[in-house]
Amino acid sequence: MDNNRNTSAPRDAAWREELRKSMSAKERGAIPRVKMPELDAAYRVTCNEEVNQGLPAEAAVVEASRCLDCPDPQCVTGCPVNINIPGFIKNIQRGEFHQAAVVLKETSALPAVCGRVCPQEKQCESKCIYHKMKKEPVAIGYLERFAADFDRLSGQSALPGIPASNGIKIAVVGSGPAGLSFAGDMVKRGYDVTVFEALHEIGGVLKYGIPEFRLPNAVVDVEIDALASLGVKFVKDCIVGKTYSYGDLHQMGFKGIFVGSGAGLPRFMGIPGENFIGVMSCNEYLTRINLMGAGHEGYDTPVLRGRNVAVIGGGNTAMDAVRTARRMGALRAMVVYRRSEAEMPARAEEVKHAKEEGVEFLTLHNPLEYMADEKGHVTTMRLQRMELGEPDASGRRSPVPVEGAVEDVPVDLVIVSVGVSPNPLIPDSIDSLEVSRRGTIVVDEATMRSSLPDIYAGGDIVRGGATVILAMGDGRHAAASMDAALKG
Amino acid sequence: MNKIVEKEHFSQNVVKLVVEAPAIARSRRPGHFVIVRACEHGERIPLTIADADISKGTITLVVQSVGESSRKICALEVGDSLTDVVGPLGQATHIEKVGTVVCCGGGVGVAPLLPIIKGMKEAGNRVVTVLAARTKDLIILEDQVTPYSDEVIVMTDDGSYGTKGLVTAGVESVIRREHVDLVVTIGPAVMMKFVSLLTKKYDVPTMCSLNTIMVDGTGMCGACRVTVDGKTKFVCIDGPEFDAHKVDFDEMMMRLRSYN
Repeated sequence: MDNNRNTSAPRDAAWREELRKSMSAKERGAIPRVKMPELDAAYRVTCNEEVNQGLPAEAAVVEASRCLDCPDPQCVTGCPVNINIPGFIKNIQRGEFHQAAVVLKETSALPAVCGRVCPQEKQCESKCIYHKMKKEPVAIGYLERFAADFDRLSGQSALPGIPASNGIKIAVVGSGPAGLSFAGDMVKRGYDVTVFEALHEIGGVLKYGIPEFRLPNAVVDVEIDALASLGVKFVKDCIVGKTYSYGDLHQMGFKGIFVGSGAGLPRFMGIPGENFIGVMSCNEYLTRINLMGAGHEGYDTPVLRGRNVAVIGGGNTAMDAVRTARRMGALRAMVVYRRSEAEMPARAEEVKHAKEEGVEFLTLHNPLEYMADEKGHVTTMRLQRMELGEPDASGRRSPVPVEGAVEDVPVDLVIVSVGVSPNPLIPDSIDSLEVSRRGTIVVDEATMRSSLPDIYAGGDIVRGGATVILAMGDGRHAAASMDAALKG
Repeated sequence: MNKIVEKEHFSQNVVKLVVEAPAIARSRRPGHFVIVRACEHGERIPLTIADADISKGTITLVVQSVGESSRKICALEVGDSLTDVVGPLGQATHIEKVGTVVCCGGGVGVAPLLPIIKGMKEAGNRVVTVLAARTKDLIILEDQVTPYSDEVIVMTDDGSYGTKGLVTAGVESVIRREHVDLVVTIGPAVMMKFVSLLTKKYDVPTMCSLNTIMVDGTGMCGACRVTVDGKTKFVCIDGPEFDAHKVDFDEMMMRLRSYN
């Protein structure tokens, strides 16, 4: 990664050299990593307010001064969109918060979102030089959020300059992180970009999936508004493959299509009783509440409120669902996960927050079946205790049942969060689009181009289930290669 | 926003709405449905498309006021708009010439049946249509189905119109007098269940169109899942039409009461 080119904050800038000299590495390393201010757990389960409150400016500047501004910054290689991390952090250190945001926006379409939901501990922060020195990494995620929020709340958010329109029409299918990232990169290259969204809100999983207490809708809307003001057009209630066919898009003059339609289909386990009333997918539960406003005054969509709620699964979506259930009044909210906590895919921060909020973790448990009353409402889940056996092919120790260790637990709501399958809508509607056996769209890894020359794809419809930032990285790579192909 | 350009009361609780939706009018096929939101804080509910006019850019929906959301939709007048209409969704009806087709609809189920009746007739089938309702006032679209039906049999529970009796009696009378190649049934779940039991007895292939609870309608939430031939299927993307003999109607009826 060349950290001098194509950025407003090159490493060899005079001000960065000044900053590097201003403090010794020893002094920087002696500063403890900043702690994120959080709402009190007892209070936050009564409302939907954002749990992480964001860093105050003084704390952000101190944290930014911890960064050693390495000559070969490894953090950048851990970022799927290769943000110039030291570049924005050093702008924070010198108090140029707006400039820090400008650096973020050079490569990321959604910095305020990523600063909140990226698994930094597995990406940029995992590469921080401080790990080698047995110290805690620089809080890159907190700083990203700080700069993006400062910019957003300043009301004078800097829009990047864009070239005059080249008149070439590009269609984007889906307005989630992959589509938004792609749209941002293409509009900045001068293309005429239209984003088609199936739902009645723009934002995809950022709106229907991730709850308000982790990612406020207002934060997402600011990013969407910024894209709109750059000239991106958004069409809601429109399903490509249904409302408009692939052929229709050609007739409408679109020269390139990016599919970021997400991982639609929720998976169930196929165990007895899974269709009883009160057993539902995490997608249904979260969509009712986050997108449809269920449970809030004045909204028509209903939702079941459980007193004893079990969420099956150990991913971030499971944490979102179980923490939502607590806020919806569950007295007992449980996570049921068949492996141990060490194998849990959810971010450590989500697990910590869930525990603080009183969520019980039934790890090494697996549901066998559900029982219901005479009206079909679920009343009981039967759980099999598990233990970790020998490591499997992937190196993970696979869980095996403990013979005879079966218990019944009373429940009135079960939320199944064991993964999703790719949405078949697009693949089914375009003949000759190559699709894998899992149902994902097959693309060239380097270019994100599908088997059809004008269709590119990224995010969960390609990966089958990934993160916001990986989806954004795909959008970014697809934009670069589509641009190159169109300029041929 | 989709403007309502025409409204007609079929009965006190059933209205026909003609709605501006040019792209959907062009792309819809018999069997497709749309998801509709009446207002900004409204629920997303599925409604099957009864008809479409490509030149006027409109689709026709028939709505029965049964709950809060359908009541709001039925209360809209010409000039008002639905906040959202998205579609067409689901798999289109498989229409081909099979011989004699009995199309039986109960209540508002006749509305989604209308394009199928048209399609079956245009494909060269002999079409016998059975319309059923509790009472005369609830029989809808008789004039519209007649031109595409070789025969129309009307059944009312109270005998106020047509023949007194349930829809199954009407269907059975046809099956007993002539060879029937296919039955298509759309209506309340309990009606489709009994039509299916009847035709299973006579071994006549039967297709039903299910109207379950949905949120997104695109495969994302799974609220619409039903058991077909022992496997979980999603009505929104695998359906809405299924082999009626393989549908677990009892489970479907249970799930329809999820929020009652």
